[in-house]
Amino acid sequence: MSGLIAILKKNVRQYMMVIALAVAMVAFGLLTDGIFFRPVNLTNLVLQNSYVLILAVGMLLCTLTGNIDLSVGSVVCFIGALCGVMMVDLQWNPYVAMLLALVCGVMIGMWQGFWIAFVNVPPFIATLAGMLVFRGLGQVIMKGQTKAPFPREFQVIASGYIADPFGGASIGTVNLHLFTLFIGFIIVALITYGEIQKRKKQKQYAFDLLPSGIWLAKVVFIAAVLIAFTIVFAIHRGFPNILILLGILVVGYQFVASKTVQGRHIYALGGNRKAAELSGVKVKWVMFWIYTNMAVLATIAAMVFTARLNSATPKAGQNFEMDAIAACYVGGSAVSGGVGTVIGAVVGGLFIGVLNNGMSILGVSTDWQQAIKGFVLLAAVAFDLYSKSRSSKVA
Amino acid sequence: MPNNSVLLSMKHITKNFPGVKALDDVSFDVKTAEIHALVGENGAGKSTLMKVLSGVYPYGSYDGDIIFEGKSCKFSSIRQSEQTGIVIIHQELALSPYLSIAENMFIGDERATLNIINWDKTREDAMKYMKRIGLKENPNTPVNRLGVGKQQMVEIAKALAKNAKLLILDEPTSALNERDSQHLLEILKELRDKSNISSVLISHKLNEVAAVADSITILRDGKTIETLEVERIQGRPASISEERIIKGMVGREITDMFPKRNNPIGDILFEIKDWSVQNPDNPERKKLDGVNMQVRAGEVVGLAGLVGAGRTELAMSVFGRAYGENITGKTLIEGKDVDISTIPKAIDQGVAYVPEDRKEFGLVLIQNIKENTTIAKLKKIAKASVINEHDENVVAEEYCKKLNTKTPTILQMTGNLSGGNQQKVVLSKWLFSDPRVLILDEPTRGIDVGTKHEIYTIINSLASQGMACLLISSEMPEIIGMSDRIYVMSEGKITAELSGKTATQEEIMRNILNN
Repeated sequence: MSGLIAILKKNVRQYMMVIALAVAMVAFGLLTDGIFFRPVNLTNLVLQNSYVLILAVGMLLCTLTGNIDLSVGSVVCFIGALCGVMMVDLQWNPYVAMLLALVCGVMIGMWQGFWIAFVNVPPFIATLAGMLVFRGLGQVIMKGQTKAPFPREFQVIASGYIADPFGGASIGTVNLHLFTLFIGFIIVALITYGEIQKRKKQKQYAFDLLPSGIWLAKVVFIAAVLIAFTIVFAIHRGFPNILILLGILVVGYQFVASKTVQGRHIYALGGNRKAAELSGVKVKWVMFWIYTNMAVLATIAAMVFTARLNSATPKAGQNFEMDAIAACYVGGSAVSGGVGTVIGAVVGGLFIGVLNNGMSILGVSTDWQQAIKGFVLLAAVAFDLYSKSRSSKVA
Repeated sequence: MPNNSVLLSMKHITKNFPGVKALDDVSFDVKTAEIHALVGENGAGKSTLMKVLSGVYPYGSYDGDIIFEGKSCKFSSIRQSEQTGIVIIHQELALSPYLSIAENMFIGDERATLNIINWDKTREDAMKYMKRIGLKENPNTPVNRLGVGKQQMVEIAKALAKNAKLLILDEPTSALNERDSQHLLEILKELRDKSNISSVLISHKLNEVAAVADSITILRDGKTIETLEVERIQGRPASISEERIIKGMVGREITDMFPKRNNPIGDILFEIKDWSVQNPDNPERKKLDGVNMQVRAGEVVGLAGLVGAGRTELAMSVFGRAYGENITGKTLIEGKDVDISTIPKAIDQGVAYVPEDRKEFGLVLIQNIKENTTIAKLKKIAKASVINEHDENVVAEEYCKKLNTKTPTILQMTGNLSGGNQQKVVLSKWLFSDPRVLILDEPTRGIDVGTKHEIYTIINSLASQGMACLLISSEMPEIIGMSDRIYVMSEGKITAELSGKTATQEEIMRNILNN
């Protein structure tokens, strides 16, 4: 038992959010008499939070450098407006329009990245300017109107579900989406395999190992949770398209951040910019690409959001930047930079999303929800600093 | 002048951290009006002892007694120890850069009535304390306009303003040049003789310790090894030598501080021609002016000079133009012009720079040894940008072993390592980048004697492998002991080229000052 506590203490920040997320979900499950865990609600949870999670993935990279991007909410509005003009007013082919929107997103990102990386405008200021500029331009393009409805092909990205080439199966009155189950089991198999490989390597280098019982429990727990959710989605209508997109983004960015030269450069820059620069990291270009990337992800989030609402409005994306930033810090990013993970940011975002969703079901007003979100952010960061100051005293 | 009354007596101090006994029954006495040096390798417990004394570790968190002026003390905060008259001056100065000397001096103790600051009295009192230590500046000058040496003096004046009876100085001269260091030590002597103020001097510079200390206490592994009384004949230490102190610190005799090197010296490997650089903060002035320099394969070339002479600026401007503006001149490797105008290009050409300040410029302290070791040349262990973790672990282990870095695992955060081990990680990083030219900027600053010796041995083995080493150092014995040739630099110019075999400190100093 004391061993378990020691392990928890050591990785307290890492586990704490996952535990908090699990506790919150179970608590809402009980408080709402199971409504929370209904397939349709969990699907909604994903759809409602997908754009914030997509933004959080990009924002994580910004927080790793010790900065934030304030402009993403306005970029969501601007790209939405652009999509509205192209698809609704001009009736262009939706695929061409989406491609053009992405190109535009890249250009927005390069614009901001340029000022930040090469003119040394502090990111806070450059993106605050972006926040004003793109909100304004978005409203200019829309001339204050709402653009709707969007073509079917466009809406599908946010409201569609993956197809089932196996045709589905029914057990009693329940229809099961077989392809979803198939994907779910493959993912579980891959994760389990990965964990086994990782443990083998750790043994080889005699690093600190989790005791095998706890390790096994962890792997079984992860697998069980994933299978449970897979089944829930399979019962509803299968995985939503967005979940697949989100999954690809999260896995892709986690991989880049943790396994590649570029990722290592970002962490090094965030930990000590001067030392990274003197070690040959092209710090200016790293900053440039991080902010370019952020705008591209904001563009994707904009398309998902616009498609889900089936309309582009001048108020779209308001406060999205704040939600994404909160997700990163709740998920363990350090304000000074250099610390944080993509998975952490997603868990942080999901935690906030679960609170929103659960409280909505319980009938808590949005005013209260806002306040509670604020307290959660403060508590998470305060706890982070507290546990850090304690561990540094021990060392 | 012998005065034997005891000012401070720390008795049987034991301090435990989880898993480590940092101090083990340490006793430490300071007499009234003496300069007492506290020496020991990194991790010997000097800082911990001083933190116990100053109340950073409050009463109750350690065992033992502290008696100051005959009274038992139970400090629970720095403020309490300061009120008693014990003032600590940290290595990193604690001044607010944009506030004036006078404002800094009375921070937390403002000259105020009813919360309104009396500026006349503030300035007047500041002048009084500044005069006592001979600091001739306008008290309204913001401290960031002062050099490090004068900032250090402001700290001392600030301590005097707190009515200090015992000053504790943690590595006060590590960032100072020779002249400022001398001046600082003179001030300590004067305070001792005129005002009966005692000082505890924590220092790695043993020549300083031998020159000024009245007694020396040596700590090793958390224990008091011995306290040596220094007798002086005409101001020169008669009973003590640096070797004697080193023996106490490391527990063995290091017979040859600077190990010999017998490798043959090859052709000219690295060459700097007509190198001129402008100071970006002051475009009027040339920071470097027409510097010419050659380093041969297998050669260690020393670069001597005062702080501010332009040595670091030379190294950094050569290394990917990390410093300076309007740089003109040529860099050649093996006689051919090379483009090392950005840091990645410099690294690719085999130039490496071990910076002066390892915490600020050398390491990412929140990353582990492994990540710090490979950062300068990740592509060596990556395929299509994906890092091969197995290779990375192997590399990190290999360099830890090669350089004898003391750490439980390569996953240890570099911020938790001692200074010497941190420097070894910085060296690992640059050795991993496969350099042909290695520029070392103050590679042993703030490092204990044992590790210094190890680093010298490493430098020697690199030179024997045919590397060209340029060694920048402010410690003259180090420059003389390590170098085959010595360039002397003064105000951005090379003023002399001396042979390492025959050069003397006096000769180097003369060439610095004659310019």
